[in-house]
Amino acid sequence: MTEANGGPAIIAEGLTKSFGDVHALRGIDLSVPRGTVLGVLGPNGAGKTTAVRILTTLLQPDGGRALVEGRDVVREAAAVRRSIGLAGQSAAIQEELTGRENLEIIGRLWHLSWPAARSRAAELLEQFGLSDAADRPAKTYSGGMQRRLDLSASLVGHPQVLFLDEPTTGLDPRSRLGMWDIIRSLVAAGTTLLLTTQYLDEADELADEIVVIDHGLVIAAGTAEELKGRVGGDVLEFTVPDRPRIADGVAAAARVGEGEPHADPETGMVSVGVGGRGSEALVDAVRSLDAAGVETRGLTLRRPSLDDVFLALTGHAAEEEQPGGRRRGRRRGGGRPGSGAGGATVSAAGSRDEARAAS
Amino acid sequence: MTAIASTTVAGHQGDPGLVTRARWAMSDTLAITRRNLLVWMRVPAYLVFTVIQPVMFVLLFRYVFGGAIPVRTTGGYVNFLMPGIIGQTAAFASFGTAIALAQELKKGVIDRLRSMPMARSAVLAGRLVADSGRMFITIMILLGVGYAVGFRFTNGAGPAIAMVVLATVFGIAICCIAAYTGLAIGDEESVQAFGLIWLFPLTFLSSAFVPIYTMPGWLQAFANNQPVTYVIDTMRALALGGPIAANLWKSIASLAGIFVVFLPLAVRAYRRAS
Repeated sequence: MTEANGGPAIIAEGLTKSFGDVHALRGIDLSVPRGTVLGVLGPNGAGKTTAVRILTTLLQPDGGRALVEGRDVVREAAAVRRSIGLAGQSAAIQEELTGRENLEIIGRLWHLSWPAARSRAAELLEQFGLSDAADRPAKTYSGGMQRRLDLSASLVGHPQVLFLDEPTTGLDPRSRLGMWDIIRSLVAAGTTLLLTTQYLDEADELADEIVVIDHGLVIAAGTAEELKGRVGGDVLEFTVPDRPRIADGVAAAARVGEGEPHADPETGMVSVGVGGRGSEALVDAVRSLDAAGVETRGLTLRRPSLDDVFLALTGHAAEEEQPGGRRRGRRRGGGRPGSGAGGATVSAAGSRDEARAAS
Repeated sequence: MTAIASTTVAGHQGDPGLVTRARWAMSDTLAITRRNLLVWMRVPAYLVFTVIQPVMFVLLFRYVFGGAIPVRTTGGYVNFLMPGIIGQTAAFASFGTAIALAQELKKGVIDRLRSMPMARSAVLAGRLVADSGRMFITIMILLGVGYAVGFRFTNGAGPAIAMVVLATVFGIAICCIAAYTGLAIGDEESVQAFGLIWLFPLTFLSSAFVPIYTMPGWLQAFANNQPVTYVIDTMRALALGGPIAANLWKSIASLAGIFVVFLPLAVRAYRRAS
């Protein structure tokens, strides 16, 4: 047994990967302690899937290295595969076959004996609430059931480290909550989990540590609370229904807020961090908006969400499509990689990579 | 570590020994083969259509075009036709290979399998084994239909069996090319369209359906010197008798060439599949 068995379950150092002139990863560092959940958060095309594919031995990095359970994902790929499970963005199941047949075949491919493969399949079907549907072709399953079957297929080999790439993308809200419960129970049983998501509430809900990835770089890391702290306390938010007046609303928000306000020109939503001034800021905002003659709807004060964090870090919302070039100008000083993460076990990319990428 | 020591910890930490790995490669291939056969049994319509299509070709050429095609074969056009159509059917079985692999790639099934500690060769090997099984059954049905419409082997049982074996090996070779295109292109519709573009000319511009001397000279130059003609002329000689050596060697050489080039390409495409 190697000494690394006492160390983190997943370590990545300076991972880079390019596809032609698309730089999918520009130097990613990760460290996930055993039995914890790392949420990798980022918009479409941020590099999340590329990172997962490298860590699960499906893709070789151009640079850097990664260890899973102390084994190098390139040089000891076969050993890594014995300790991991992977569930990707789509349900990788054979739809013509029944749920039971799908799992039994995976069991055989894990080199279980027939009786062992059968009992493992039955056990997982039971655990995932699929017993009643076990002998129906998987194509008759709902989307949520197919995802559960897919997830259970990734667990056949009792993986110590589980990789879930956007496990709830495309699921309805109820199936999504069910999936969260299942994921929580896996983690409670001691599985190390790396989870990618573009849903901020999902990372908030499930992850011990979160890294935020954008354009192939880790731009922030820490716990959900630490990341929310970056926004600067509570958030004041209101909508300006009269679009030409949005600029006046932003000006009013700037007078009462502590940070730079953010406005969404399409929805008319204006938000600004107000630090610890809470209700005082709320009163000021009402006065200020009234004095400016700006009509608003839904003026609220709330705890920051990870959406606010993403906005503060990148200057664009997490789900927002980015036409053309990258807009990084709005990123605040607090968004520098690694800063403010405190004793977090997740460290961000080196500043050299950051500088190169920004140039 | 010695082979013995590593075998004892197989499945846990160390790398399994060579014998264990070989056994796993076999059982993985069997598991994938079984899976592929199960999938077909669940979609009987697919199997029926893949058999009906060549049967229609037999009837079409036997009764519609056949009368207009002059051949010097004993037993008439139907005896000329059957080895050709069996060769073409074996080649067209490769559509199933390419489409299935492209689908599995798209759905993430191949990612799942590649992330598991199973033999790297098993997905391709299991696919080829299952596909050649399907191909063999189709050939048997075609022979039955052929006998019903007047075809007869006239060269004895041994050569007849050899003809079926050659057709199957030829089909597997074409399936290797298709496996490579399926994994490299990765989209079932594109793969299907691409298959038509190269397989149609290759099988029709050969000795499969008409004697090559009826074609214009420039086309004869191609048709006389391509692998499908070598294989089908060999099959015809095996089924009906006649000179065989030259075409047999050309067939073996070109099939070996296809395996040597496309098997490694298919394996590489599988390893890099994304």
